[in-house]
Amino acid sequence: MSRAGNLQGSSTASWAFEHCGMTKRNIFGMALVAFLLVGFAPGRALAQSDCLACHADKGLQDAGGHNISVDGETFAKSIHGSLKCSECHADIKDYPHPEKIAKVKCDTCHSGQATELAGSVHSDGVEHPCTSCHGDAHAVFAKDDKRSAVYPLNVPKTCGACHGNNGMAQKHGLATVFPSYLDSIHGSALTKEGLLVAANCQSCHRSHHILSRKDAKSPTFKANIPNTCGICHAGITANYYDGVHGRAVAAGKMNAPVCSDCHTAHAIEQPTAAGFRMQSTPICGSCHKDKFSTYRDFHSQLGALGGYVETARCWDCHEAHDVRPASDPHSPVHSTNLVTTCGKCHAGANLSFVQYQPHANARVRKLNPALYFVRLFMNLLLVSVLTFFVIHTALWLIRSRYEQVKKAAEGGPHA
Amino acid sequence: MPEVQEAPITIQETGAKAGRFFVRFTRAQRTMHAVLFSTFLGLAATGLPLRFSQSIWARRLATEVGGFGAILFFNKLCAIVITIAFSIHVKDIFTRGIMNREKGIFWGATSMVANWKDVKDIFAHFRWFLGLGPKPAFECYAYWEKFDYWAVFWGMMVIGFSGYAMWFAPFFAHFLPGWALNAVLVIHSEEGLLAILFIFSIHFVNTHLRPGSFPMDMVIFTGVESEEEFKTKRAVEYERLAGQGKLEARLGSKPATWLVNFSRGVGAIAIAIGLILLVLTLTAYFGE
Repeated sequence: MSRAGNLQGSSTASWAFEHCGMTKRNIFGMALVAFLLVGFAPGRALAQSDCLACHADKGLQDAGGHNISVDGETFAKSIHGSLKCSECHADIKDYPHPEKIAKVKCDTCHSGQATELAGSVHSDGVEHPCTSCHGDAHAVFAKDDKRSAVYPLNVPKTCGACHGNNGMAQKHGLATVFPSYLDSIHGSALTKEGLLVAANCQSCHRSHHILSRKDAKSPTFKANIPNTCGICHAGITANYYDGVHGRAVAAGKMNAPVCSDCHTAHAIEQPTAAGFRMQSTPICGSCHKDKFSTYRDFHSQLGALGGYVETARCWDCHEAHDVRPASDPHSPVHSTNLVTTCGKCHAGANLSFVQYQPHANARVRKLNPALYFVRLFMNLLLVSVLTFFVIHTALWLIRSRYEQVKKAAEGGPHA
Repeated sequence: MPEVQEAPITIQETGAKAGRFFVRFTRAQRTMHAVLFSTFLGLAATGLPLRFSQSIWARRLATEVGGFGAILFFNKLCAIVITIAFSIHVKDIFTRGIMNREKGIFWGATSMVANWKDVKDIFAHFRWFLGLGPKPAFECYAYWEKFDYWAVFWGMMVIGFSGYAMWFAPFFAHFLPGWALNAVLVIHSEEGLLAILFIFSIHFVNTHLRPGSFPMDMVIFTGVESEEEFKTKRAVEYERLAGQGKLEARLGSKPATWLVNFSRGVGAIAIAIGLILLVLTLTAYFGE
């Protein structure tokens, strides 16, 4: 966008050419006439209006066919509107200026951002690194200005230009996270409700200093994720660090889950919504395999069936963030809290009711002897009744059929 | 083994007068069976997806009918209907057997209670299966029919109690220990599975699908059976009634064609649903 190419004419020149019956695109002719018509005093600092004399022409192109026109009005309103052209296009001192001019160096002023960018995943950008995100170089607005490409509500679209479907993300083997984000609770708050505080890409990834999640300094590095989310979700992060998962992560045990392990990073759903409730149990189960395999009572049997979201999922009883062992008096599954916890769904739950074991395993005699023998009795009953009657009825069938065939043979039409 | 009465082998031997029909089941009994099998099909069709909730067909069915909530609602609805039917039956037995001291309810030839003849019949029947003896003749209710009755009776109490214990768990917890709440789930699902497997395989074949009754025994729908059928299937009862001169009292009329056709349709649907559920159960059970 900031391809400042050759200046090869002015509106005055093109006016002259139109009247001479020549085409605007005749670059060499235009340069010549411009030289004759305008004239200049060498060494004079060029004002915006001097440059716009030529560059206001909307059709102005350089030798490579790139449009090099500048909308002076928009530029004047932009954050850089008070600057002279030559403050960025520093190599242009005089008119006429050389055909090839240097790439604008934003870091002359924005050195901090440039340093951050140089150390980020975007350091190797082939395109101009600043304008890729900030948009048209002559229409850069403050980030709290609606017209800015980095205004919070515009950030996802700006990043999505590359990190969306079929974009650069695929070329670089990255996940196409843009659609997932748009459908997420953050994305819909931002796009549908225009909620400025809803997390957009840079809320978690930062803007200039974006690092790979494998980098320990990245806000998306696993150990840093709770604090990154905690920038907004402070209360939940505090709860999380009170719980076993948070304490494990704080102690450097990185196999414990952080926010994104349960909520995902981009496709974050409202946890109370059916979609998340239906998929949440296997998420816990992916680590707690022993508890997941015994979560086979009616909570799970009912929960597995489409559309039924009310039955208790892991975190309905164990808490989602402040997860504590049952031995902890603050745990909702501590024996003294069970009446309250079960009572959330089961009105009238009493001390006897809460002796029910959601993770009972009738197959293990040592853990649940009573249940083990109940199941054994029921299975023996089932097997013995069916075995007896399958034999009985199979023999009966064979015998009856034999009689039938024999009778038919004896009592045939000529018998 | 004690002597066993021998069943007549062919219709000719019975010398029955063609065209006579005898009443076996009253209208109330037939209605009871109809209520029982329709609610049982409903309970089985809704209970199975709950029991095998991990299987693909259970999830698909749940999605089709409006989710789990609909399935559980229907399961409970059928449970209420079958409970009412069961209560009516128990009250009927109580009134007839205890209040009115009607004979033959708790003991005797027409009782559902097992007796020595049933034991003899089981052995005799097995000997006949193996070609080691004559086919035994049966009374009003044969041993497998009595087993069906008591299996349903026991199942009704066990499945019913465990079901209501789950439904109203906090209430039942007032007088049941906590582990019993775990047990009722195991009991409900295992006993339900037994009932489903038994009815859809053993009862279907014993009563309806075996040669002689195939494709179904119409007597439970029409209430009457032909004299030949009566005499072949329950020779002892026939002889007893004939000897007591009470045979004519049991005379009924030939069932109307519409009733026969209607019953055939209903019965065929019930058997088809049952067999489909049986296949689904077996695939889910062995796929677990």
